[in-house]
Amino acid sequence: MIDSKKIRKDFPMYENHIKMQKHDLVYLDNASTTFKPYAVLRAEEEYNTRFTSNTHRGDYDLCFFNDTKLAEVRHTVAEFINANDDEVVFTNGTTMSINLVALGYATKHLNKDDEILLTVSEHASNVLPWYKVSQITGCKIKFIPLENGRVTPENVQKTLSKHTKIVAIAHVSNVLGYVNDIKAIAKVVHEAGAIIAVDGAQSVPHMKIDVKDLDIDFLSFSGHKMCGPTGTGVLYGKAKLLEETDPVFGGGGMNVKFDTDVSVKYLSAPAKFEAGTLHLEGIYGLEAAVKYLDEIGMENIEVLEKNFRKYAISELKKVPDLVIYNEDAEAGIITFNKKGVFAQDLATYLNSKGIAVRSGQHCAKMLHHYLNEIATVRMSIYFYTTKEDIDALVNALKNGGHFLDAYFA
Amino acid sequence: MPISLSPMMMRQIIMDHYENPQYKHAPIGDVSKYEQVHMDSANCIDDIIVYVLVKDNKVIDACFDGVACTISTASTDIMCGLMIGKTFPEAKYIVEQYNNMIHEKEYNPDVLDEAIVFMNTAKQAARIHCATIGWDALEEILEHHHHEEK
Repeated sequence: MIDSKKIRKDFPMYENHIKMQKHDLVYLDNASTTFKPYAVLRAEEEYNTRFTSNTHRGDYDLCFFNDTKLAEVRHTVAEFINANDDEVVFTNGTTMSINLVALGYATKHLNKDDEILLTVSEHASNVLPWYKVSQITGCKIKFIPLENGRVTPENVQKTLSKHTKIVAIAHVSNVLGYVNDIKAIAKVVHEAGAIIAVDGAQSVPHMKIDVKDLDIDFLSFSGHKMCGPTGTGVLYGKAKLLEETDPVFGGGGMNVKFDTDVSVKYLSAPAKFEAGTLHLEGIYGLEAAVKYLDEIGMENIEVLEKNFRKYAISELKKVPDLVIYNEDAEAGIITFNKKGVFAQDLATYLNSKGIAVRSGQHCAKMLHHYLNEIATVRMSIYFYTTKEDIDALVNALKNGGHFLDAYFA
Repeated sequence: MPISLSPMMMRQIIMDHYENPQYKHAPIGDVSKYEQVHMDSANCIDDIIVYVLVKDNKVIDACFDGVACTISTASTDIMCGLMIGKTFPEAKYIVEQYNNMIHEKEYNPDVLDEAIVFMNTAKQAARIHCATIGWDALEEILEHHHHEEK
């Protein structure tokens, strides 16, 4: 079992005893970004202090080392999600990964008669790239109705038509925390002849993902939400689909040759998507993050977070006037409001107690169609969250006095 | 207004203007006569329109409408009340004093009336935007007029 308190020794943000508003920091915004362990920082530093050089066509040892190292990291990441090495593309985050699929694959293959299916709970990064595809190709965007906040295979089935080419949904909603049954959904999507592009930003950091078992066509995720550096991310795509995807960026390291007659021959995937110098220190940090998570064990992380969620829900339910919107969800994301208090006011009040949560629409700006709330407060945990963090939040909510006190502290 | 307002009284003033704002409504008269500025933010939920009726270099009426948190609702409501009847130079002076207060610079509290309840905003840096969103809209309208008259 994971000892969250012991594990905190791996994280400088805890070891440095960071304060917020003169209180020990209680960090409950892990759906937004996560803390980085020393191992990740060391890996990044190592690149800058021992192995600095570029990749691609190195004629000297350092460069050769980095080429080898890059292949190793790709392998580590591929194993983490049970993909093949050449199905892993390094990006700068989930947003870029999804945009690559939208611009490189969808705009190439879709036309005005086709449809893309989304849901109203998607994050902006899994909506706007597809809107762009619609603007470019004229294809239609349709929305799969949510079932008590979830995307169900039945509702996907009902919304699919012979025109559907892509279904783009989050594995875990960043506001509601429901874990969608991607395996069952992928099955109905494939039976209808469409492909499924999964936003894994909130799932890959928190549970064991097997892209083969789930039969996902494209999977996007970010390094910084899983203890890795900001500016790192991954696009997984089935080899055949990556082959059918055009590069969005042209530049060095992704072409074989080009000439004055405007001809160009690209490298094959994944290299053709990785134009220019990669964020190498970040990628080495990402490898360290993956190894760190692997060592703890994704299954352990999932169990721990479920237990903490249960505890948090049972405690939050004791807070008067608290409305919880996703009591029955699985992931470590809990979204709530206090009656009569505007979400941002509540978040500011919690800030004055040193508690980091987020308020607003959490980038899911269409979700008000489902929630009937303009804004909410979201707490989100990770494996280094402790019972004391949750108690601090609950105490602040229970015994806070007036929420505007923060303003006059 | 005495500067020695207790936190309790300041809180009450903010809550009164949040729960029962006097100027949170679309213009009652002919909307087309009003200058309007739409303010929203990528960082928060605030999404308001500030309406100002100007005539002969004077603020005749001011109101606002939309979605806003406690701080932005109260600060914009208080602002509207302060501005009605003021000449442009008076209005600009008040805006300047308010901004100075928010950013912890020297300011003249005498002209701010109830708006001084926002004197502690800088302690919660994330709220500076809430306390100034309506004021920024007004300033934009005043600036716009200033240029037109030149």
